[in-house]
Amino acid sequence: MTELIVAFTLNGERREVRVAAHETLLTLLRDGLGAIEVKDGCGEGVCGTCTVLLDGEPVSSCLLLAARVAGRQVTTVRGLAPVGSLSLLQNSFVPHGAAQCGFCTPGMLLTAHAFLQQHPRPTREDIRRAISGNLCRCTGYVKIIDAIEAASAGAAPASPSGAAPARRG
Amino acid sequence: MPAAPFDYHAPATVAEALSALGALGEDAKVLAGGQSLVPMLTLRLVRPAAVVDIHGLDELRGVRRDGDTLEIGALVRHRALELGDGPLGSCPLLQEAAALIGNVRVRAMGTIGGSLAHADPAAELPAVVRVLDGVLVARGPGGERTIPAAEFFTGLLSTSLRPGELLAAVRLPLPAGRAGYAVEEFTRRAGDFAVVAAMAAVELDGGGRASRVRIAIAGAGPAPVRLAAVERALAGVEPSEQAFRQAVADHKLEIEPDADMHASADYRRHLTRVLTVRALVRAASRAMKGAQP
Repeated sequence: MTELIVAFTLNGERREVRVAAHETLLTLLRDGLGAIEVKDGCGEGVCGTCTVLLDGEPVSSCLLLAARVAGRQVTTVRGLAPVGSLSLLQNSFVPHGAAQCGFCTPGMLLTAHAFLQQHPRPTREDIRRAISGNLCRCTGYVKIIDAIEAASAGAAPASPSGAAPARRG
Repeated sequence: MPAAPFDYHAPATVAEALSALGALGEDAKVLAGGQSLVPMLTLRLVRPAAVVDIHGLDELRGVRRDGDTLEIGALVRHRALELGDGPLGSCPLLQEAAALIGNVRVRAMGTIGGSLAHADPAAELPAVVRVLDGVLVARGPGGERTIPAAEFFTGLLSTSLRPGELLAAVRLPLPAGRAGYAVEEFTRRAGDFAVVAAMAAVELDGGGRASRVRIAIAGAGPAPVRLAAVERALAGVEPSEQAFRQAVADHKLEIEPDADMHASADYRRHLTRVLTVRALVRAASRAMKGAQP
């Protein structure tokens, strides 16, 4: 068994941790670093609830060895907006009722966030395709798609900064 | 479940990787993008004593076009194939097929070399390489050797890579002249492996007849197969849906489908016929337009 020291950035903060080579990023984040906003779903890369951004790109943290994040930027849903506030996208989920049990929400938000950065003015079909790798067993997806659409640059009125103050649901 | 513990090697060069693989022998598994191997480790379907993680081998990330050949390094990711970055844009079939792989997270991490070496019978990329008569480049203790796709995929999750060898690249011959490609696949849910996938490549002569037709099927046997009898029957034929239907109905299909929880063997035979005709129709129409699909 191999152990390594891995230094990486988690939500903008530098972390240096000792990991076993066979440990996944998911277990490191949840069990080692208390980042329980990253959910443990299928463990096979299918459901999408353990999604994190690796240098801005969505990946399944259950399919990534922790050793591989050395020198990289990892973003969880907590990294989408400063503490105490929500991003425009997060805010959009609230009035649309785009979360029910909430288990898929962190992964859904990270996937949608990365997608909107690349495709600021998507069609609904683009959005459907973009989140097709994130499973939700409550909402039937319609409200999630509504929320993402409303947060896109094509929707009016859009906040140019991409961040908005917290709003109570 | 966590993976069982293993020794971890992260070589910085191909030479170091080969020496690690040589020393570890059958006890080692090569880790590329990890989208198949990591779940196999955490489900404990495999319990290697050692993992050789090749993500640091930048020499395997190159893409270059040399005349009519596109060479793609083993560590090029599905996402790059899908986006058609740089010279990868010269192979539209690769783009179309890569877009069907898993989900966006799988495509962000998964590599072409990993998919080819893993050789899942329902995976898209092995069938792409098979239909284009690609050549696999392996590096081992004795140097480099090339393996035609027809000899590379030997069975279920099996290839002709030898112990101690590393898949370094794949070379895809690109067509000159009027050619069109298409992939058609049937999945139960978005992102699933295909139940059956059909890849077609149609090349036309000056008179608009098919000078060469190639078809590869994934998901209907232990490895991707070419429909050689149908291909022969269609050589020299004027492309039409009717001609394609006739050829697929009249000739032997070199598939060996099995039944599983997703589909019966008969249903896979049916899908093979339907998807082959659809792929041929689309490939031929693209070839006739003269536009790259």
